[in-house]
Amino acid sequence: MKIPYYPGCTLNTFAKGFDSSARQSAQTLGFELSELKQWNCCGAAFPLTPDNVMGLTAPAKVLANASKDGAEVMTLCSVCYNVLKRTNKVIRDHRERRRVINGFIEEDYDGSLSVIHYLEVLRDKIGFDKVTAAVKRPLKGVKTACYYGCMLLRPFEDMGIDKAEAPVIFEDLMKSLGAEPVEFPNKIECCGAHLAMNNEDVVTRLSGNVMKSAVGMGADIIVTSCPLCQYNLEKSQARVEAETPGYKGVPIVYFTQLLGYALGQDVEGLGFGESKWDARELLKGKVTA
Amino acid sequence: MIKLSNDDIKSSVVQRIERISGEDFKKCYQCGNCSGGCPVSYAMDVQPHQVMRMLQLGRVDEVMNANSIWVCVGCLQCYSRCPKGCSVASALEGLRQIHLRRSEEAQKVSEIPVAFLKKAPQQAIVCGFRKLVS
Repeated sequence: MKIPYYPGCTLNTFAKGFDSSARQSAQTLGFELSELKQWNCCGAAFPLTPDNVMGLTAPAKVLANASKDGAEVMTLCSVCYNVLKRTNKVIRDHRERRRVINGFIEEDYDGSLSVIHYLEVLRDKIGFDKVTAAVKRPLKGVKTACYYGCMLLRPFEDMGIDKAEAPVIFEDLMKSLGAEPVEFPNKIECCGAHLAMNNEDVVTRLSGNVMKSAVGMGADIIVTSCPLCQYNLEKSQARVEAETPGYKGVPIVYFTQLLGYALGQDVEGLGFGESKWDARELLKGKVTA
Repeated sequence: MIKLSNDDIKSSVVQRIERISGEDFKKCYQCGNCSGGCPVSYAMDVQPHQVMRMLQLGRVDEVMNANSIWVCVGCLQCYSRCPKGCSVASALEGLRQIHLRRSEEAQKVSEIPVAFLKKAPQQAIVCGFRKLVS
């Protein structure tokens, strides 16, 4: 099974490990990520005002190109998923805005694509039971905090991947790998997002709240599907450690890296970056297979 | 004391902000769920529910000068929990757009730390430019 795949800018550069571990895992599970022939940046932010039609042109171009490669397009990055899925809905449901966008990008796209996330492929097309059957290194005893953040879930009526307030898709995947997901109150809270550019205090506080809440509930590792969440959390962690008595940092990784590890891939090929909080150490210590 | 007048409440400026943001400010009945759930309300000088109230009352200048416009991260927790379906995030983005269209930006490109540009994921840079730079 070939699935048209939109990597987005960040997975081609900053988050290569997210991309490579996802591709390898797909192969092990019997499907292939077929990268779109032509793609550009999605714009990294869905315009929150209907007035800003110009902000929809970049993702619309991605969708129009993707529609030439198949009936669906899959993403890994939560932000790309959010921007493409919401833009697609606007094009499908608003005739006037569709006309303006198509006129600008010189396409005739109608919004008929289905925009899906890798997690949905695992849940709906492969099945978590099949994932379990392919596990070679069960993540026994690894307490994972599944950090959803904002973009995978909100707004619910547009995203619909799972319940907005109490999602379980991430936890179900982790359970299928043999890990023990821990519940923590901040799993759907924001990391600080683009304020990384000009407001370190806010980012440290928000990311710190997420990490302290996860580690406080016993997490060994935090799992995400968003490169910006990964960056904000990891970057804030040294300061959070220094300012929070008793807080000890944990690795912040992409879910596909744990998936790849559980499926038996070589740990050095999973793209864990150099970090003070090294997931490899944790996994070697916890998982014996 | 606040003086209210129909001229302020029904001003064309408020109507313009409503048109840009796509929000009907009159829908808000001030329950405060948005401010309760907002992860950055602690850093805002005007709280999310107060933004809506000020826009209802036509107190545009106070809202336009609030740091809330630039602190909002757009996480949509406010919208997600609003019983009336209001999006304070959209209202604030409308105000942000008015500033940016006037070249009133929150971040000068020349002052973005080089370390950030070198190390941050592309999406942070692109998104930051769209939200903070005109």
